[in-house]
Amino acid sequence: MLSIKNLNVKLEEEDKQILKGVDLEVQAGKVHAIMGPNGSGKSTLSYVLSGKDGYQVTEGSATLEGNDLLDMEPEERAAAGLFLAFQYPVEIPGVGNMTFLRTAVNAQRKARGEEEVSAADFLKEVRAKAKDLKIDAEMLKRPVNVGFSGGEKKRNEILQMAMLEPKMCILDETDSGLDVDAMKLVAEGVNALRSEGRGFLVITHYQRLLDHIKPDVVHIMADGRIVKTGGPELALEVENNGYADIMAEVA
Amino acid sequence: MAQTAEKPNLTEARIAALSMPGKGWSVAAREDAVRRLRATGLPERRDEYWKYTRPDTLTQVAPEPAAVFENDEAPLFDGLDRLKIVFVDGVFDAEASDDLSLEGVRIERLAEADSDLHWARDLYGTLETNGQTPVARPLAALNTAFATDGMLIHVTGVTSKPINIVYRHESTTSDAILHHLIKLDAGAELTVLENGPAAARFNKVMEVDVGDGASFHQVRAQGRDHERRAATHIFARLGAESTFKSFTLTANGVMTRNDCVIELTGDDASAHVAGACVGDGAFHHDDTVFITHDAVNCESRQVFKKVLCNGATGVFQGKILVKAGAQKTDGYQISQSLLLDEDSQFLAKPELEIYADDVACSHGSTSGAIDEDALFYLRSRGVPLAEATDMLTLSFLAEAVEEIEAENLREEINTRMAAWLGRRRG
Ligand SMILES: Nc1ncnc2c1ncn2[C@@H]1O[C@H](COP(=O)(O)OP(=O)(O)O)[C@@H](O)[C@H]1O
Ligand SMILES: [Mg+2]
Repeated sequence: MLSIKNLNVKLEEEDKQILKGVDLEVQAGKVHAIMGPNGSGKSTLSYVLSGKDGYQVTEGSATLEGNDLLDMEPEERAAAGLFLAFQYPVEIPGVGNMTFLRTAVNAQRKARGEEEVSAADFLKEVRAKAKDLKIDAEMLKRPVNVGFSGGEKKRNEILQMAMLEPKMCILDETDSGLDVDAMKLVAEGVNALRSEGRGFLVITHYQRLLDHIKPDVVHIMADGRIVKTGGPELALEVENNGYADIMAEVA
Repeated sequence: MAQTAEKPNLTEARIAALSMPGKGWSVAAREDAVRRLRATGLPERRDEYWKYTRPDTLTQVAPEPAAVFENDEAPLFDGLDRLKIVFVDGVFDAEASDDLSLEGVRIERLAEADSDLHWARDLYGTLETNGQTPVARPLAALNTAFATDGMLIHVTGVTSKPINIVYRHESTTSDAILHHLIKLDAGAELTVLENGPAAARFNKVMEVDVGDGASFHQVRAQGRDHERRAATHIFARLGAESTFKSFTLTANGVMTRNDCVIELTGDDASAHVAGACVGDGAFHHDDTVFITHDAVNCESRQVFKKVLCNGATGVFQGKILVKAGAQKTDGYQISQSLLLDEDSQFLAKPELEIYADDVACSHGSTSGAIDEDALFYLRSRGVPLAEATDMLTLSFLAEAVEEIEAENLREEINTRMAAWLGRRRG
């Protein structure tokens, strides 16, 4: 599904190398987790994969189902099936949440040569999915993320993911700022989307989200590299001993 | 201020090229207006409030020719229940207009109202005269003196539908001068819609006297006719507990200057003026607003938003003057531009002058590019760059459009703006 090879990335404006040769392979149907200390480059990896400006790939490649991601515009990557749940979802005053969602769904369909979804069908689907995430009608009407609490923003990300039905979902610290109940809701939303054809890359700083979203593979990232890969037990090791041990071990 | 050497010549040349229409009651008001015009002279670049906008094409004797814009869109407001009044190149078109009768209103043409007992006699030119101090508005005095026609609208009750003044442009050299006069009696209500390209050059004045407890709404669209040159003035006087709301949508036009001069003279009155404009290329748009608070507990709100690209220029000069005694004034002013590239410019001159102590006034002016984070967020969801830019552009304009009270009109304006943006990127 997602294949990252020797990805090296520096800041466009500065001479600062952030990713220093990331290798990662996510198969369809699998959930991979990336853990790592703050500043290790996890968000940068998610941004580079989804096409944010400001980064320069100096070496390596990233493909989605064999298609070169790095050669596509952000919207093309989305239409190809990539989705990023942002660590910090952006507030957009003046654009209604519902309008935004429908525009996005239809834009992706159009890009794939599919029919636009009818207003009635769309509404029905949004309402059902929003209900599962305990997102009320009022929130759907408000401008995108404006005045949303931290938890509401994260649930809104998952709603978008559910509506867009991507092939490859990257979740960047979707658990940060969530209380236990909200985290369960988010995890249920993610688990409901787990399927044979879909890959997940769950970036998290803490182990607790992984109690709810059980990963198949866990990677540890430090200083712009994947320094260790293992099974779910690796997350527990981090939880119990912190990153220091692992860092010492790979150093 | 002393006039420059060229100014009287410029002014006299313009006056000499015009003939004063009208008989009867309006003659005295028109002659007064000529005196006002001569006293100040036509505007020049060095005059205050003309620093950012070149007045020459608005003041010169003959207008610059302007191509007739071929528009394939259905005219705005077409589907609405309204009373339609049509002017073609500034000439009233009876054929195309509806019958001028509407319950609660008396509607006549300036060109035909010559009875000496006419209600307009005591009003014509008076609000414009008030609006000449402290800042001269010579193009408005010229209008009062030489307007060939216009609508005289006396509202005595609550009107059931809006009056829609539709302008059409057919001659490439037309130079139209129209003066509308609107008087709302106590408790009366009226909505006026205006749209369409008026002429190669258009000078328009609208005087609106809003009686106690009356309410006046205006929604106008200055269309896509690229070569338009227009100077428009609104002069409004608000009585106690009255409401005035004006919204203007502007697209294109090489030269548009919209002055809005409002006096809040009765307690508890409210005046809102808003503008949304989208300018591309050789576009120059100037909103000059002057709101005077001269009564207690009044509210005023100015919301101006401009989206500029490819070298377009936007100007905003907005002032709130709070006179001594105008306590509990609530004044708000915001002017913002969204610059889609580095070639475009926004020039803003926000001013507050306050002589009362118990007031809350705020103003802010910003100029910025599109929010890159928001743009990336939209694109990451699959919305293509151009469409995402349009969405953010519309959202930038939303605060101004929200000033339109009627939902159907707001929708109509939003739909039209979206179509204009979509069309621009082809
Ligand atoms: N746009 C940027 N400008 C400056 N520094 C950046 C930028 N993006 C990332 N960095 C730096 O790169 C490093 C990795 O950041 P990030 O990817 O956000 O880490 P993580 O998500 O693992 O906490 C940090 O040192 C951060 O300060
Ligand atoms: Mg991060």
